[in-house]
Amino acid sequence: MAEFTLPQMSKVQKGKRFAAKPGGKKVRNFRVYRWDPDVGGNPRVDTYEVDVTGSAMVLDVLLKIKNEIDPTLTLRRSCREGVCGSCAMNIDGENTLACTKGLDELPDGDVGIYPLPHMPVVKDLVPDLTHFYAQYASIKPWLQSQSSFGSRERLQSPEDRKKLDGLYECILCACCTTSCPSYWWNPDRFLGPAVLLQAYRWIVDSRDEATGERLDDLDDPFKLYRCHTIMNCTNTCPKGLNPAKAIGEIKQLLMNRTV
Amino acid sequence: MSSYPGQEGLRTPLKVARGWGSSKTGVHHWWVQRVTAIALVPLSIWFLFVLGGMLHAADYAAVVAMVAQPVQAILLIVFTVCMFWHGALGLQVIIEDYVHTRWLEVTLAIALRFGAFLGALASVMAVLALWLNGAG
Repeated sequence: MAEFTLPQMSKVQKGKRFAAKPGGKKVRNFRVYRWDPDVGGNPRVDTYEVDVTGSAMVLDVLLKIKNEIDPTLTLRRSCREGVCGSCAMNIDGENTLACTKGLDELPDGDVGIYPLPHMPVVKDLVPDLTHFYAQYASIKPWLQSQSSFGSRERLQSPEDRKKLDGLYECILCACCTTSCPSYWWNPDRFLGPAVLLQAYRWIVDSRDEATGERLDDLDDPFKLYRCHTIMNCTNTCPKGLNPAKAIGEIKQLLMNRTV
Repeated sequence: MSSYPGQEGLRTPLKVARGWGSSKTGVHHWWVQRVTAIALVPLSIWFLFVLGGMLHAADYAAVVAMVAQPVQAILLIVFTVCMFWHGALGLQVIIEDYVHTRWLEVTLAIALRFGAFLGALASVMAVLALWLNGAG
């Protein structure tokens, strides 16, 4: 059966508390998931009391914790402006990018920060995305064409280019895929919203000649049709994209060529 | 590094992700589920009226008289077949979602097909019996 409770080794325990330095003007509590493979054991949640004066985004706070309070805290981050997707994590119960999540967007009270759900954890807030990237590679995310253009560019009408809007912006942060219950229950066979949105990005590209083969590859009860239009993907996408709509378009195309 | 469930041994991540490939059978299930769902919207409303009429009928003979009309009988047959077909497709999805013990999954899927088929068959025969007896 699908597992509805956490395995024994994943049950989260209470961790340490790092008190705020005296004189903090705007102190908020951040409860952060911690797990170290070198130590092993069960994961724990440490509480950091942080003076957030001067911090605008959640990533600012995490880096402040790492720089000034606890250097052992491990997280991924790179561009700090919502372009690279490295700092995707679960903040206050919602998958999003720490670098674009403003502290003013969060409700008052403690802020829980966890790694992306239902992924193996490498350390602290760093999930193992190996399988996610392999699934992305499996849809052949590149332009496939038999026609030769020599040294000329492949032309595309402005109307056809418009069809890629809302798709090409995906940064593969995995927020949507790891928010999807269907992906939680069947990650081995369901491709998940991010990879399906990327698949549609190539299906709808007017320059790509492998449309039929791409649709063939997705016509499967598990790869595509595990999507039950739950819409968590669209709700959570930090880039404001709509993976559920892209998946719906794929289903529509498959139906159009059958019925 | 932690390994992903199913990613044992020396297999590459791409080998695991590509798995068994596409079965090329998903679209039919999806399409029939949608068509039966849309058909069931008016049929269910109609059936509620029929059911209400039956419950308020004076006696058995009055119920038989209601079903014994060709249009009523055919609609009843279409309704029950659609309902069992749609229900079987939906339950199959739930089994595929949550039951990951292979023998149990296959057993439930087969039992579901037979159960739905028998249910539909019994309903159709019951309507036919009422229709033909009533007409005769």
